Amino acid sequence: MKEALEQIRQTAGQLIAAADSEKAVDELRVRFLGKKGELTGILKQMGKLSAEERPVVGALANQVREDIDSQIRARMKELADAALSTRLAGETIDVTLPGKRPEQGGLHPFHLVLNDFKDIFLGMGFDVVGGPEVELDHYNFEMLTIPKTHPARDTQDTFYITENILLRTQTSGMQIRTMEKRKPPIRIIAPGRVYRSDAVDATHSPIFHQIEGLVVDEGITFSDLKGTLEVFIKKLYGPDTKVRFRPHHFPYTEPSAEMDMSCFKCGGKGCAMCKGEGWIEILGCGMVHPKVLENCGIDSEKYTGYAFGIGLERVVMMRYGIDDMRLLYENDLRFLKQFN
Amino acid sequence: MVLPMNWAKEFADFDCSAKEMADRLTMTGSKVECYENAADAVENVVIGRIESIVPHPDSDHMVICQVEVGQAAPLQIVTGAANLKVGDLVPVALDGSKLPGGVEIKKGVLRGVESCGMLCSLGELGLTVHDFPYAIENGILVLDERDYPDGMPAPGTPAVEALGMDDVVFEFEITPNRPDCLAVRELGRECAATFGVPFKDHTPTVKPGHGNVNDLLKVDIENSELCMRYCGAVVENVRVAPSPKWMRDRLRACGVRPINNLVDITNYVMLEYGQPMHCFDHKYVNGQHIHVRNAKPGEHIVTLDGVDRALSEEMLVIADDAGPIGVAGVMGGEYSGTYESTTTVVFESAMFYGPSIRTTAKKLGLQTEASAKYSKGLDPNTCAPALARALELVQLLDAGDVVDGVVDIYPAPRTENHVPLRPEVINRLLGTSLSRQEMVDILLPLGFRLEGDVVVCPTLRNDVKRDCDLAEEVARYVGYNKMPSTLMKGVAEARPTPRQSFDEKLTRTLAGYGLWECENFSFYSAKCFDQINLPANDPLRNAVVISNPLGEDTSIMRTTALPSVMDVVARNYSARAAECAVFEQATEYLPSALADEVADNDFNDYPALCKKLAAEGKTPSDLLPTEVQKLILAAYGPQWDYLAMKGVVEGLLATAGIKEFTAVRNTTGAAFHPGRAADLFVNGEKVGTVGEVHPTVCANYGVKARVVAADLNLDKLFELRGGEPQFAPLPKHPATSRDLALVADEAAPAADLAGCIKANAGENLESLTLFDVYTGEKVGEGKKSLAYNLVFRAADRTLTDEEVDGAIGRVLKALGEMGVTLRS
Repeated sequence: MKEALEQIRQTAGQLIAAADSEKAVDELRVRFLGKKGELTGILKQMGKLSAEERPVVGALANQVREDIDSQIRARMKELADAALSTRLAGETIDVTLPGKRPEQGGLHPFHLVLNDFKDIFLGMGFDVVGGPEVELDHYNFEMLTIPKTHPARDTQDTFYITENILLRTQTSGMQIRTMEKRKPPIRIIAPGRVYRSDAVDATHSPIFHQIEGLVVDEGITFSDLKGTLEVFIKKLYGPDTKVRFRPHHFPYTEPSAEMDMSCFKCGGKGCAMCKGEGWIEILGCGMVHPKVLENCGIDSEKYTGYAFGIGLERVVMMRYGIDDMRLLYENDLRFLKQFN
Repeated sequence: MVLPMNWAKEFADFDCSAKEMADRLTMTGSKVECYENAADAVENVVIGRIESIVPHPDSDHMVICQVEVGQAAPLQIVTGAANLKVGDLVPVALDGSKLPGGVEIKKGVLRGVESCGMLCSLGELGLTVHDFPYAIENGILVLDERDYPDGMPAPGTPAVEALGMDDVVFEFEITPNRPDCLAVRELGRECAATFGVPFKDHTPTVKPGHGNVNDLLKVDIENSELCMRYCGAVVENVRVAPSPKWMRDRLRACGVRPINNLVDITNYVMLEYGQPMHCFDHKYVNGQHIHVRNAKPGEHIVTLDGVDRALSEEMLVIADDAGPIGVAGVMGGEYSGTYESTTTVVFESAMFYGPSIRTTAKKLGLQTEASAKYSKGLDPNTCAPALARALELVQLLDAGDVVDGVVDIYPAPRTENHVPLRPEVINRLLGTSLSRQEMVDILLPLGFRLEGDVVVCPTLRNDVKRDCDLAEEVARYVGYNKMPSTLMKGVAEARPTPRQSFDEKLTRTLAGYGLWECENFSFYSAKCFDQINLPANDPLRNAVVISNPLGEDTSIMRTTALPSVMDVVARNYSARAAECAVFEQATEYLPSALADEVADNDFNDYPALCKKLAAEGKTPSDLLPTEVQKLILAAYGPQWDYLAMKGVVEGLLATAGIKEFTAVRNTTGAAFHPGRAADLFVNGEKVGTVGEVHPTVCANYGVKARVVAADLNLDKLFELRGGEPQFAPLPKHPATSRDLALVADEAAPAADLAGCIKANAGENLESLTLFDVYTGEKVGEGKKSLAYNLVFRAADRTLTDEEVDGAIGRVLKALGEMGVTLRS
């Protein structure tokens, strides 16, 4: 019987190795290990053996069964692997073909850059507020200490609706609207459209965008103004950006300043972008004039504040290297599709 | 405002490069826009002396000159000029020299004779006879002894030096708070303070002359609000002549054309003191009496430029007993600029109210240097010293005999501002810890005085009124960039408002759906209404009108942004874009009805206006238009049709958390296709319209494609938005799915069928999906087939077939009542 088992092991081994399909292997499994298979046939004769022989042959029979079983599994796997490889080889495609990209649109460059502004200032605790574009002279000028006779009105060519209603020339009126509504501490930015009667050309537009900033609290200093705007510029243009503040004048701030940043193109060495200066004028700012605080019913002996205003167009144009402002309002898709 | 460096040096001893001067003055607050040295355009041009002149052998109009230019041997130069004689000193452009305009001069041969350079005319050096009145226009510039009282320049001297062209001229941006700096003298003071050197002031002195001004001139100010001061002086026996070269050089450097000594003196003093001056013939002052008064109704004046101008009553004039002889602060009358038979002149140094001058100049369309300066608001205390300076110059230039005394009418002299010096307040504002002494050391050189603890501000510095103004003076001289930079302390709470987050989410959704955001002007032409077929009586035609627009195209504020977005579509269509899908988050401006109830004059008393409006629960801001936020979408291209656009809108509503809305056919929106447009309602409120743009509108924009568009009210969407999503447990029991193929009249809205199914399927209907629409012969003429998938599920059990069959039965019965049958 031992011989018969060994014989089965050997025959099975040869046949399994030679089987060339999963079906053939399965037939061998039935032939050798099935209920009516050869090994079962042998085991059925176990009863004829002596009590001493039985466990020995039984053990051998189990060993043979396991051996055949594992050979069948191994062969099955081999065949499956080979079949998969063949299939995969047949499925090869040109992986350099262009991808099927889902059609997406995008946001206007103004929106993209303004989001950066908002993120940075929200991070520093500034709320974002909005207000009317068609505005009362009262808010756009009077309350900012720019009466009708003020020479500063000459520099801002205003679109008027009536004598007292106009298209806002600056977002600074939002300082007043904010201080009328909220009491200190105040930290806001107010982005929006502003209007001046400039004819359209490569660097002018009768409509453009400003971002106004206002902080009012006890103990706010010019140094705070400097520190905050330095952080803003470094977040927007990178940590190596330098800034400088120059004295300037705005009727509603005192002291007033203009801030320049080191040219992001040449790093301050001087190039065509910065007209050889190394610096680029970026915003106007200053300490809120006490008269403005008083106009809004805020105690100017107790509270101080600062304000700033930045033009969005310039920042957008510098960031993307856009050389003509008109493109921003023409909405040619070939233009719009370049920024998202 | 321009400042020649050499003139500034008269007021302060400093020495530095032009760049350093520009940088340092900019950082102390006098912003240099640019600077230029006229000499930079001229290279290698020297003064030469003509040693000999012989005729050119082969030319009848050229001569050969030997010219001494300070080199080892004289240069031979051929010229065609006829105004030369031996001994003349002339500018010589040497071989390899450069002249204004980029002209380069090289050695050459003229008709066989070598010429080693060129003798220059005025024009070739960028000069005119105004600059060198003794020279001629068409010929070589021959230096005149009268221009060199201290001796003629030696041959070889650089021409720019000898001609007085070698000065750096700075152009300053003077801010409206510093009209004092519209004067060389005051910029000189800023230079002195900037460089930390003493300010070298000059007090003009007039030598005693003859007579008495009061015998020759009487002045009355009839409107002392508009004329704060009038100083007048008289000069007799005037000797009109060119002014000296040093004065002409300075005027030229400042861009002022020299005329004659009298005019030049007025211009020189205006540059130096910032005080406009006027000099006019005494014989044209009828009655020797000047009245400064408002123009009378119907009065005219012919101004210096020869134009006859109608005056209006709010304008201030300088008049004599007969009538106006000048528009105050703007321009003199026609005779004021001629001095041919003049023996006696009046020098006027007056102060007028800036805003009035500004209005008058604007109204007359006559902007002059004087009106520009007056508009800025000058110091009346400068009138007298400026007049004294003019008289001093008259004596210095021997331009006439000064009559003793001045007429000085000054009803309400401007006084000095007194500002308490509070170092702690200044430090608190700046974030600095400067000592009182440090502050004082900055203020004194700027002309401020200290009386105890009070800063007395010079009247020129009328802008300094409070602590913050002193703080600025201190800060700019400490240096803005030397002050600390700090970050604000304390925690501030900030986050986007729900509305801001909502808008951002919706615009991003649209971008995700393949639409591109655009930005359009807020104003357009009223013609845009016609372009979108807006009916003549449509309320949207009532727009906010700009009273002073750039042009008709930009004259009204948009009441609908559809034309703006259609413009974008048209532009891209004409650029041959195969597909275009855009949107704008647009503001529309709807006029306030209240605006008509308030007159312009009501604003003169703002508090009273507020009070009046408050009685109706309003504020002045209610006079402003309503600014409606919209989302306007438009698209054309192969994948864009009505359903595609409606799908985008449905997705947008879902993003807004709006689960239920109804679409109602819109047949009246003239901008849209009458059969392909729907109004959208949420909770019974209209939130917008979606549809195919009317073909005639497309034609108006020159677009031959079918354009689909949507006009959505963002404000309404925000109001009606859904709340925070709430979790529903995942289903534990299986669903039962049934398909129904229904046949209905072709005109029956699918929404009605869906509504009927939902109303009758019972609470276990989980979803209803339309998956096929068919029209054709299989269902018959005038009919359509709609195939729906219905999914039923109960949360607590597995539904039985009987339950679902029952529901389907009820649905079919109800549909049957609508004339909808099951497709066989």
